[in-house]
Amino acid sequence: MSAGAAVEPGAPGPAPAGGEAQQQVSGGLTLQLFRVFAENRLAVLGAAVIVLMVLFCFLGPVFYHTNQTNTQKALLTAPANAPPSSKYPLGTDESGFDMLGRIMYGGQISLEVGFAAAGIATLLGVLVGAVSGFFGGVVDTLLMRFVDVLLSVPLLYLLIVLAVIFHPSVEILILVIGLTAWLVPARLVRGETLSLRVREFVQAVRVMGGGGGRIVLRHIIPNTIGTIIVNATFQVADAILLLAALGFIGLGVPSPKTDWGSMISVGVNYADSGDWWEIYPTGLAIVLIVVAFNFVGDALRDAFEVRLQRR
Amino acid sequence: MTGYLIRRVGQAIVVVFGVVLLTFILSRIIPGGAARAALGPKATPLQIHTFNVANHYNVSIYQQFWIYCWDIVRHFYLGYSYKYNQSVVSLIEGRIPKTLVLVGLSTLFALIVAIPLGVLQVVRRNTPVDYILTGASFVGYAMPAFLLGELLILWFAIDLHWFQFEAPQSTSVIGILSDPAGLVLPIFSLAALTIAAFSRYMRSSMMEALTEDYIRTARAKGASPTRVLFRHALRNALIPIITLLGLTLPAIVGGAIITETVFNYPGMGLLTTNAATQNDVPLLIGTTFIAAIATVVGNLIADVLYAVVDPRVRYA
Repeated sequence: MSAGAAVEPGAPGPAPAGGEAQQQVSGGLTLQLFRVFAENRLAVLGAAVIVLMVLFCFLGPVFYHTNQTNTQKALLTAPANAPPSSKYPLGTDESGFDMLGRIMYGGQISLEVGFAAAGIATLLGVLVGAVSGFFGGVVDTLLMRFVDVLLSVPLLYLLIVLAVIFHPSVEILILVIGLTAWLVPARLVRGETLSLRVREFVQAVRVMGGGGGRIVLRHIIPNTIGTIIVNATFQVADAILLLAALGFIGLGVPSPKTDWGSMISVGVNYADSGDWWEIYPTGLAIVLIVVAFNFVGDALRDAFEVRLQRR
Repeated sequence: MTGYLIRRVGQAIVVVFGVVLLTFILSRIIPGGAARAALGPKATPLQIHTFNVANHYNVSIYQQFWIYCWDIVRHFYLGYSYKYNQSVVSLIEGRIPKTLVLVGLSTLFALIVAIPLGVLQVVRRNTPVDYILTGASFVGYAMPAFLLGELLILWFAIDLHWFQFEAPQSTSVIGILSDPAGLVLPIFSLAALTIAAFSRYMRSSMMEALTEDYIRTARAKGASPTRVLFRHALRNALIPIITLLGLTLPAIVGGAIITETVFNYPGMGLLTTNAATQNDVPLLIGTTFIAAIATVVGNLIADVLYAVVDPRVRYA
């Protein structure tokens, strides 16, 4: 399973940043990074859970065929709210959808939204943070006041308003979560940029005639990669939780599509009368994946810190 | 101190202006227009025109913003809910104190629980107690608030009958407070995330404080381990908790939406989810505005408190 873990810290490792001198040792540093990460048993466990969960949700349906899209067929051919049996390992929900298959199906959307929203938030946050920190002055003041304003609005309120105004669909949910979650990475990257922009290698690029855009994209951002990756890991976990909260309120993906939050929202009505299988397995899936991402994020943070110390 | 206070209040006013601008933008970006959203798809062009004139949607965007600001400053007018046929402020007004009670009590509860837990983890660091509590806080982080709430209802209200499955339904704050048993589950479920975050923070900040020079000095002077722990380490580790509290406030206020919905607690959060299911955009924007203002004020109070407790901030 360690192979799965290796991809994450390893991929962005050889940053094109500091010229050839840095690139030569970069492989060694990545190796070091991986070693620190692999020594952390919780992190390896977390990475394993993430890989298994992705395989379960996306490859699972290939081997375990269930009807998850045709509501009419489900109602006609399968019993509703059936307890677990050999035919339905985790029972069925109120519409007669097989729960095990539905966890895979809903998980696909929860994971997709989680990864995509975290990607958007990270991209936007990194750009805003680096530009704001590097150029300073009016740009910085305006952008950071904007961040202050958005940070003072409780995120869930903002998400609900946006989801209601634009009517939730998978794409809208990705955009809405992604476009509201970039504030923290923006602040983190800005902080690092402030200290990076006065370093010698940035001055060297300037002397050689490199423009602001080039410095930000090729030199500042690659040097904040540790912060970016660590934060992105937590962003995925947060996005999955936010989508679940929206799903619970009834602003998840519209039926017959579903996500983990929406599934629990439906199942809760029957769990009250003893149908445990309608919420426990789905809830466990959410908690597992979020804990896994948090483990990996914590370990990556430690790994990057150790790497910096040894530099 | 006065200089710091003026600067900080000025900053808060800028943020409040930003919030006004943000809610204004939110109220104007509705696809198809606000008139269509309020009057429904069957509205005639004349009705839409009348609506636009009555709500000043027919003037330039700058004038619209000016009218919007003026309405807030002068009449504290935040718009009109067409679903309830009532002004947004009159709908929210009575619910603000109830949400404040829930948020306040659960924050207080979280502090009372989290600080000793963090200290306990430091005292018993790297023992099973520490590992179990760290594990619990990881699960606390990962547990969706609504799931925790529903599980608490399932276990403690439906199976064990220890508490009601619903929060007190009284219309007054005093009525709600006079039924403490009904508040136990909502308060606990809203506090869980904060407890997880704060106890983890307390643990790491106490560990850090214990490596400081003044701790070594205190030990060298012969202070007992208990005294070093509580008088020296804890008091210094506690100061940043105030800032952390300010930073966590938006999450707690947002989390109250979920808790109020799960427990049917008649506050602003429940109003928000009801508005969401009815597509009542003006009301949603109104609750968002109030929640944001409350957060700004809360943050301001936290920062001022911080300056009172830690003199270094005032003169920086």
